Amino acid sequence: MKVRVLVRPKEGILDPQGEAVKSALPALGFEGVNAVHVGRLVELDVESADEVDAMCRRLLANPTIEEYEWEVVG
Amino acid sequence: MGGGRVRIGVTVFPGSNCDRDALHAVERLGAVPVELWHADPDLKGVDAVIVPGGFSYGDYLRPGAIARFAKVMAPLEDFAFSGGPVLGVCNGFQVLTEAHLLPGALLRNISMRFVCDRVRVRVEATDTPWTAGCEAGEELALPVAHNEGNYFADPATLAELEDEGRVVLRYLENPNGSANDIAGVCNEGRNVVGIMPHPERVSDPALGSDEGLKILGSVLLGAGV
Repeated sequence: MKVRVLVRPKEGILDPQGEAVKSALPALGFEGVNAVHVGRLVELDVESADEVDAMCRRLLANPTIEEYEWEVVG
Repeated sequence: MGGGRVRIGVTVFPGSNCDRDALHAVERLGAVPVELWHADPDLKGVDAVIVPGGFSYGDYLRPGAIARFAKVMAPLEDFAFSGGPVLGVCNGFQVLTEAHLLPGALLRNISMRFVCDRVRVRVEATDTPWTAGCEAGEELALPVAHNEGNYFADPATLAELEDEGRVVLRYLENPNGSANDIAGVCNEGRNVVGIMPHPERVSDPALGSDEGLKILGSVLLGAGV
């Protein structure tokens, strides 16, 4: 089964990548961008989704600075 | 130590690039340098361990995230839990936070730029095996070279670190946005220390300075060894 894991900086954690993208967009003429956050997408193909949460906690995300969510996509 | 010379191990992960410098510095201290390969099942009886800088496993996922699960890390964690002196430098610091041997995490530099410079730091705690040879409040000029050196910990953890005197090194001029100008911290037991600056890069007069030996040589003074 295919699982999609989304990892992103926790609310309130400095996201310099997001800030850099946010300031780059107006330079290309895109206006009205209020906030940008850059995260990471991890696609897994697993036998079962039982351990996906543990995978997220132990490796895919660093709970000190990141939050994650995941869903089975097929 | 059984009367023999102190043996200091240096871990080598794929992508470590300061291991040779660290081994050289250990040799200059008159201790025995011992290479600890990432797949080694034990620490070869060393008295202290340095986790060096570099880009272990290409910094894939997050700096230190993959190295943390290397085979050599299991005996290293046991060694750290039993009070053995461990020093993480730069990527080594990142590895130790990922392994939860040290609190917090290292975020991208606030500038979004890799910083390669020599910075002044103040030694804030001398009761660790890696700073025992320094004077409290002593200022050192040490090189930094990193992309993720911006120390982060939640407010409660930061307060705990400050209250317990576990901020080991503090930047005089913050190069990366680190909370409280933190350049290095230690664990609760004070035997595990992580620092972003590179003492091994200033460990030989041929490199312009050997000020870094004050840090690396501290471990020979006996604190914890």
